Amino acid sequence: MAVFHVINRTTGDRFRCDEDQSVLKAMELVGKKCVPVGCRGGGCGFCKIRVVEGEFRCGKMSKAHCPPEALDKGEVLACRIYPRTDLMIECMPQPAAPLAEQTKTKP
Amino acid sequence: MKKGVMRPGHVQIRVLDIEEAVKHYTDLMGLIETDRDEQGRVYLKAWTEVDKFSVVLIEADEPGCDFMGFKVVDEAALVQLEKDLVAYGLDVEQIPEGELKDCGRRIRFTVPSGHAFELYADKLYTGKWGVTEVNPEAWPRGLSGMKAVRFDHCLFYGPELAAVYDIFVNVLGFHLAEQVLDPEGTRIAQFLTVSMKEHDIAFIHHEEKGKFHHASFFLETWEDVLRAADLISMTDTSIDIGPTRHGLTHGKTIYFFDPSGNRNEVFCGGDYTYPDHKPVTWQAEQLGKAIFYHDRQLNERFLTVLT
Repeated sequence: MAVFHVINRTTGDRFRCDEDQSVLKAMELVGKKCVPVGCRGGGCGFCKIRVVEGEFRCGKMSKAHCPPEALDKGEVLACRIYPRTDLMIECMPQPAAPLAEQTKTKP
Repeated sequence: MKKGVMRPGHVQIRVLDIEEAVKHYTDLMGLIETDRDEQGRVYLKAWTEVDKFSVVLIEADEPGCDFMGFKVVDEAALVQLEKDLVAYGLDVEQIPEGELKDCGRRIRFTVPSGHAFELYADKLYTGKWGVTEVNPEAWPRGLSGMKAVRFDHCLFYGPELAAVYDIFVNVLGFHLAEQVLDPEGTRIAQFLTVSMKEHDIAFIHHEEKGKFHHASFFLETWEDVLRAADLISMTDTSIDIGPTRHGLTHGKTIYFFDPSGNRNEVFCGGDYTYPDHKPVTWQAEQLGKAIFYHDRQLNERFLTVLT
């Protein structure tokens, strides 16, 4: 089985990833936290990253978070990409702010 | 149940891969597949449920919840509730009998939080799965995985909780069992019921409309919740948090995700409520403890990871 390296250029983290392992899973297995972990199922968009360099295979991802135009820019969900070469990735801006910071509905 | 809305009846969940999802909801959670239709939808039920289905899976390119349906006591109640919803100012859509297999006519409406709900009076009564109606045994053999007992409730995230409260309480006859209030007294979470359960449906305030937090299934005991956790590990299923206890409802719980990222809960226990009970109130300052009673910390994933 081929093993590749993933480098997160935003955080400087580097970890190994098997060809049949998602980038997120490989990161979690070595205890790194450089990509936010959400549902791990391609649904919530929490682990969105940009792949800057390298080839990968994609599993099914929510079109709400990865429409075709995002895919063209290398914006994908780390839980649903599997490396075919070494990958250079970068973090995306964080999604929605936590509940406490949002405005409230008045009763 | 004062307006005739009786109980949660079904939920239609969008999944990215239908067969992966069916395996998750049947093999792991222990639901039983009861039918499929020409749209490719798969119908499932938990074993104690008397009607033909409670969960409908549909393949789509974006996960989430299409709608949740409540069963009402009879056609007369359905007719009256429809009038009341229209009088309130909601658009009510007619879904003909049979659109969901073996389900009677449904009326569908969308509340200001962006979530679609349905009411219906009839669905094919198939009885509890695997046990007889007369002199039934305690439980059926042949159940898989977590052996979920019933589809219990959903939690939705969206805005306009006050308007949603008004519809559920004043039009549909729910009552408020539990709530979270911020320091100004604004309700940021509401747990609503038509039964003795602490929630048949719940909402938490969120800016984006129409988000699905989880569908929840009932288990009998804490040991069953622990066993569910074991199965989640054995199957390398994506876990969220647990086993632990909620402050809200005091239910004992574990959260995990289906293969498309929709959150599921299995839980046991929890408080009860009657219509004369005052709502249980949690302060927003104690939200961490209200949600996860042991961690007592705000859990970012619980508040932001949604489909």
